[in-house]
Amino acid sequence: MRQGVSMVQRALRAVGSHGGWLAGLLLMAGWLALPSVGIAAEGTTAGPTEYRDIPYVGSRNLVWIVAQLHLLLAGFVLGVPIFAWLCEVIAWRGGEKRYDKLAKEFTKLLTSAYATTALFGGILLFLLVAFYPKLMNYLTDVFFPSFLLYCFLFLLETATLYLYWYGWDAMQHGRKKTLHVFLGFLLNFFALFIMIVPNAWATFQSSPVVIADGTAFERAWAATWNPTWWPINIHRLIANVVLGGYICGAYAGVRYLSVKSPEDREHYDWMGYVGNFIGVFGLLALPFAGYWLMREIYQYNQQMGITLMGGFLSWLFIIQAMLIGVLFLGSNYYFWLGITYRIPGSEGKYRRAMLMMLVSLLLCLAVWMTPHSLVASIEEAQKMGGAHHPLLGVLGVMSAKMTVSNLMILITFMSFVMYWRAGKQDTAGWAKLGKAVMGAVLVLASLAVIVLGVWGYFVPAIVRINYFSTSQVLIVIFVILTITPLTALLLKSAKTTTEMVWGSMPPRAGYSLVLNAVMVILLMTLMGYARSSSRVHWHVYGVMRDTSPYAYSPALGSASLIMAFCTFSFCLLVAFIFWVATMGDKYKAVPGPGKGELPHGIPAMAGGAPEEQSPRLR
Amino acid sequence: MGALGKPIILMVAMYAFLKFGLPNIPGSAPLPSSLIFLYLLLTAGGIFMFETVSGESKDAFWGPIQRFLTGENIGGLQALRYGVFILFPLLVGWQTYGSTAVSDLPPTESRTIHPAPPGEYTGLSNPVPKTPDNIMQGKGFYAAYCSPCHGGNFDGKGPAARGFIPAPANFADPTTIAMLQESYLFWRIKKGGVGLPIEGAPWKSAMPRWEVELPDEWIWKIILGEYDGAHQSPRTWE
Repeated sequence: MRQGVSMVQRALRAVGSHGGWLAGLLLMAGWLALPSVGIAAEGTTAGPTEYRDIPYVGSRNLVWIVAQLHLLLAGFVLGVPIFAWLCEVIAWRGGEKRYDKLAKEFTKLLTSAYATTALFGGILLFLLVAFYPKLMNYLTDVFFPSFLLYCFLFLLETATLYLYWYGWDAMQHGRKKTLHVFLGFLLNFFALFIMIVPNAWATFQSSPVVIADGTAFERAWAATWNPTWWPINIHRLIANVVLGGYICGAYAGVRYLSVKSPEDREHYDWMGYVGNFIGVFGLLALPFAGYWLMREIYQYNQQMGITLMGGFLSWLFIIQAMLIGVLFLGSNYYFWLGITYRIPGSEGKYRRAMLMMLVSLLLCLAVWMTPHSLVASIEEAQKMGGAHHPLLGVLGVMSAKMTVSNLMILITFMSFVMYWRAGKQDTAGWAKLGKAVMGAVLVLASLAVIVLGVWGYFVPAIVRINYFSTSQVLIVIFVILTITPLTALLLKSAKTTTEMVWGSMPPRAGYSLVLNAVMVILLMTLMGYARSSSRVHWHVYGVMRDTSPYAYSPALGSASLIMAFCTFSFCLLVAFIFWVATMGDKYKAVPGPGKGELPHGIPAMAGGAPEEQSPRLR
Repeated sequence: MGALGKPIILMVAMYAFLKFGLPNIPGSAPLPSSLIFLYLLLTAGGIFMFETVSGESKDAFWGPIQRFLTGENIGGLQALRYGVFILFPLLVGWQTYGSTAVSDLPPTESRTIHPAPPGEYTGLSNPVPKTPDNIMQGKGFYAAYCSPCHGGNFDGKGPAARGFIPAPANFADPTTIAMLQESYLFWRIKKGGVGLPIEGAPWKSAMPRWEVELPDEWIWKIILGEYDGAHQSPRTWE
């Protein structure tokens, strides 16, 4: 007996130093195991179990958080390879080695990020099977063939990723480099399919296509090709590029704020510029894709369309306008800081243009953020004659929103062109004519976008949606496709009057990069909530009703708490991934007899492949 | 105060315009404080961005604020500085109290004007052919049942309109029935204010439940008459 007591005491003492961790893990395991205790027994007496729950947090909230984190991580894991591959191709074709280094630096993150994403995917699957067995049974019946395809794609993607990352240094020259670039293409190709297959499952829940007859494959294919599948695919693909770009920018921003040496400041300043550039160019296309998605939703089901755009979820789109507005402002601000700090002496030359752009952006944002139904006290509503302002109410509909979003895209594009041209003097003989053409294109295009926007109020909705809005988008694309090559041609022969000085940006540039990344993540959590809530009390819209106690839409206030929590958690996870992936570099950078010479060495960190050149302290 | 003067004047001018200028434009009305706050926030954000876009402008803008807050070389403004330090927390406290204290005023309204219709009213198409006769009949029914509130000119200014808040819908406004499908109007006319979901604040609407008095065919004809009279077209997908 005494021996038994002393054993327990020894065990407790041994555990003592790690007691907090162990207790935490045990509590977590116990909490996660709760659904299997008691609650599941309900199913045995009254037919099969349809739902399980978890105390305090609730099954829906837990699934919501895990699904959102998985989606954000997936966006990151799919966005970063696009970003890295583009950088590698630029380095491969253009010969600028720093792009290759940047591509490698980000690919390094992929192995740990990929594992984390898969981990959250696994947790999500277990939770869904545990909490929603009836729904999962139904979805499995519909999508069984695509489940198998998904597993196969995962195998291909994993193998390609390992070859791409671990073969980086071995495939640096000649035909091997070509093969490596091809591997990067394959990685993105498989990643695209890894994204669009589960998109089919999610969009099926919103816009289901159910056929009773046919083989399992035919039913799965009909369900996959549902009305919102491709709009979501395109929207998410572009959004992933934006997320990848802005997260790269945020990482560079954080490192820029902490590094000391001029070399590192230059490197991270440049990296921040590249991240912001890729984020902005994805952002320019994103509103078009979002508009297409909403159009398809509206056409698929009027009730769902109005729930989102005119009903109780319409306030989300005002918050969305605010977040997108901050993103546009933040991105432009970063460009302008780049002009004034990286190109000495150019502030005076461009200050007036910056002011005009800023005022135009703010006016557009004011229109975008003006709601159709206003928040007003009873006295204010009495004075207005209701929740609709007689004069500003016209700004609350799509014609106005589409117009200003197109104008904001144009302004942001011109901001970039201004940055591109700063510090250079045209020498081409046709420079004057070229600039006049560009100016005319820009002015006429802006006028055309505004005229179509105003005219949109006086034509049937279908004319506005099918022709006017599409024309506005085409006009903006035309401007981008005209001015970009003309500017490139002009700059080819231009003389550089002021060299760009990297590493001279003020700290607020780093903060604005972090702010942009947080805005994108918040936007994704917001739209995740909007897309799920638009199904209201249906698991599968119009087909399978949600009969759980959670068959209600959470209030916007409580939903925003979960969104904020997901954003914060994702930022922590990304920080962790960066920390883990760069941990090996820091050890390698320590000179002399260090930990590398310890008898057992250092465990290989995920993504810690050997550097080709001697590493330096970052 | 040189570089600070312009932003302060701009903020004050913007507030004056939103509070007193814009409401006095013909056809306008006073703006709710939520909208004024939003526009002022954008203005302040813009000022902050523009004044910090370069080192010189940032120093010119931020320098006086910093000197005032730290009390360096501000001479006679020291008393004002202490005043700000005392008043600012009090102002924050007062705002916090004002937004959390129990009040006898009704809560701020965030009514959704066009809430989502029930599933059974989505996708319905008007079974009444759009012929001149049917449109004319629809306008006749409209004149009898709808125009006292919604107006003979379809502009929401009928003789009884002044008695209602919110005011009856103005069908000539391109942001009302032109944004909606015919089936939506059918639902609204048939079920009236009491048929609105919670986010539409059914207790706010005086719209009668016309299904108790009018057959469906008449309602569809009224819809034809309304669109024609207001010179609007319903939302369609063809």
